[in-house]
Amino acid sequence: MYIVVLALMFPTIAGIYLFGYRTLLVMAVSIAVAVLTEYGVKKLRKRPFVMDGSAILTGLLLALTLPPTIPLWMVATGSVFSIAIVKEAFGGLGHNIFNPALGGRAFMMVSFPAEMTSWVLPRGFVTDAVTTATPLAEGFVWQLDRLELYKAMLLGNIGGSIGETSALLILIGGLLLIALRIIDWRIPLAYIATVALFTFALGQDAIFHVLAGGLMLGAFFMATDYVTSPITPKGRIIFGVGAGLLTVVIRLFGGLPEGVAFSILMMNAVTPLIDRHIKVKPYGLKKEG
Amino acid sequence: MGIRLRTKGTSYGVKLPENKLTQESPIEPIPLPQKVIIPLHQNIGAPCQALVKKGQKVLAGQKIGDSERFVNAPVHATISGEISAITTVINPPTGQPVAAFVITSDGADRWVELEPPEEPEALSVKEILGKIRGAGLVGLGGATIPTHVKLSPPEGKKIDTVILNGCECEPYITSDHRVMLEYGEKILSGLNIIRKVLSPHNIYIAIEDNKPDAIDHLEKLILAMGFKEDFKIVPLKSQYPMGAEKTLLNTLLGREVPIGGLPLDVGVVIHNISTTKAIHDAVFEGKPLVERVVTVTGAVKNPKNLLVRLGTPLRNLIDYCGGIDGKADEVILGGPMMGISQPDLDFPVTKGTGCVLVKESSPIRERDCISCGRCLKACPMHLMPTMLAKYAKAGRYDDCKKFYIDNCFECGTCAYVCPANIPIVQYTKIAKSELIKRAATR
Repeated sequence: MYIVVLALMFPTIAGIYLFGYRTLLVMAVSIAVAVLTEYGVKKLRKRPFVMDGSAILTGLLLALTLPPTIPLWMVATGSVFSIAIVKEAFGGLGHNIFNPALGGRAFMMVSFPAEMTSWVLPRGFVTDAVTTATPLAEGFVWQLDRLELYKAMLLGNIGGSIGETSALLILIGGLLLIALRIIDWRIPLAYIATVALFTFALGQDAIFHVLAGGLMLGAFFMATDYVTSPITPKGRIIFGVGAGLLTVVIRLFGGLPEGVAFSILMMNAVTPLIDRHIKVKPYGLKKEG
Repeated sequence: MGIRLRTKGTSYGVKLPENKLTQESPIEPIPLPQKVIIPLHQNIGAPCQALVKKGQKVLAGQKIGDSERFVNAPVHATISGEISAITTVINPPTGQPVAAFVITSDGADRWVELEPPEEPEALSVKEILGKIRGAGLVGLGGATIPTHVKLSPPEGKKIDTVILNGCECEPYITSDHRVMLEYGEKILSGLNIIRKVLSPHNIYIAIEDNKPDAIDHLEKLILAMGFKEDFKIVPLKSQYPMGAEKTLLNTLLGREVPIGGLPLDVGVVIHNISTTKAIHDAVFEGKPLVERVVTVTGAVKNPKNLLVRLGTPLRNLIDYCGGIDGKADEVILGGPMMGISQPDLDFPVTKGTGCVLVKESSPIRERDCISCGRCLKACPMHLMPTMLAKYAKAGRYDDCKKFYIDNCFECGTCAYVCPANIPIVQYTKIAKSELIKRAATR
């Protein structure tokens, strides 16, 4: 768990650098409330509280998906929901069906739609915020050429959630986790490749769609959550492809500008089904017929 | 092509800390015990009928139990003396209570007359099998399948490959390693007997590459004894459970034994190093199986490889090695991965005992499965261990069957790699025995 938190430091530090000190406060509130909630719920359930790092991870992940200007009491509400409802109500770590951080974010999306979709331009440590639209939103305008846009999206010099804007730094953290064999490469690869191919097939800018929104963070850090993703290699590819298709469908045909969170949550829901039916071929199984 | 092939490996299984404390310790005979306990059932087949009575005098090497059944191996007295009692012990392979003779030593170690054949080379296959059965040979790797049964493939099953298993992939155990170094000639002679019986196309000697001295030694002996390229040595990457039959033949030959089948279903017979040495003793010297090499290791003062008469109580072995060291409280027959805990130190060394491991028992701190999938990656049988454990825990044994629980040979790799410390093997063992019970009542 702590290695994943460490890998998240790349996008985290990028977020602080781009959006200023206030983001640190958002993260601190999210993490502290997550850990306290876990402690409280474990006491209520009369179960031992283990500092296994999972609440810290959930708190940090949730914070990274939030707009930099989000009011802190909303952050706290989302964090409580993540831990108490999405995780502990289902039986705690290992038994939760949905990714806790994404569940919390989804809850905040429907509860605070205005605050959850107001964005600012990265200004670093300057305090006056300039509102903007994210690249995926309808009001987004880009004056310079395409290449400059890709560069801005790679480095994170663009409006968006705290930890989602710099595709490059997320990629570094994600590749680190793959190299350390903490996460399986299958889910992020299947997920991102599906988004690229599907948007390309629909005549869209595939590079733009891969770099935009929460896809990178979702593919490397959310969809790869052990508990809520399939256990078999084949199941993990199905999971990635399914999440990719849903993301593109929501982005291009749905009512929301971004679909990463909801597509992963939907695939979380079918994960038990995938695990029940996609089996590994055991040693010595005779071919049928 | 030389007699040493390229090193082979597999992506399944797990690299374990080896803890081979005794690999440099020569085999050392332990003084004869005051009494031995000889269970009448020391193979996976039928139990033996008693051939002697209480109070009767017996000689070392005298047959004291036998059976008419084909899948069976007789048992012999391992010291000279008197049958002082008939008792009951729990037979490790089956877990069933079986009758056992207690022989009190007369201290003289008098033997029956051994009858080595005048021309061992001229023996027919039938005579060889008779001698092997008569000597009470079973698989000394621990499976205790009667050796003559493994050497008698059923009609229509052609054996094209024989593998001599010198992997010894479990941590701590070094008995086969020492036997290879000290009885190399006898092993190769035994292997030559197996060749005569089965006449396979290929004969491989499989040894893990953590025993380079054994590989070199046997390679030299093969050349010195003139077997040339008939016997090929295959070094294997040290990776548990390489020595398991199904893993081994898959790594070597790329074949898979069908679920519920035996290696002979794919034309392969695998014999253990120590068994093969005992085949030589039985055929060339007419010597029955009355002793074996046992590694006594772990938390004892002086870990050793001992040459032990079968039936010697475990207590004697541990005492000979200086007693238990520290606060160890558990004695395991076999290695740390697949061995079985034995609370009774008066229990005897039996034919399948290759190792006595003394260690501190560790409490299990089980947490919930987080579906990381490490057990799937490691399982040599390509199962989904965590699913088996989940269903077994819930009492859904029929679902365990759908996930091929019968394929599991309980190597324990899954539990070893589990970050949540789930004792997956214990759960699958429970599910298996429940399924057997259910099948019996139906």
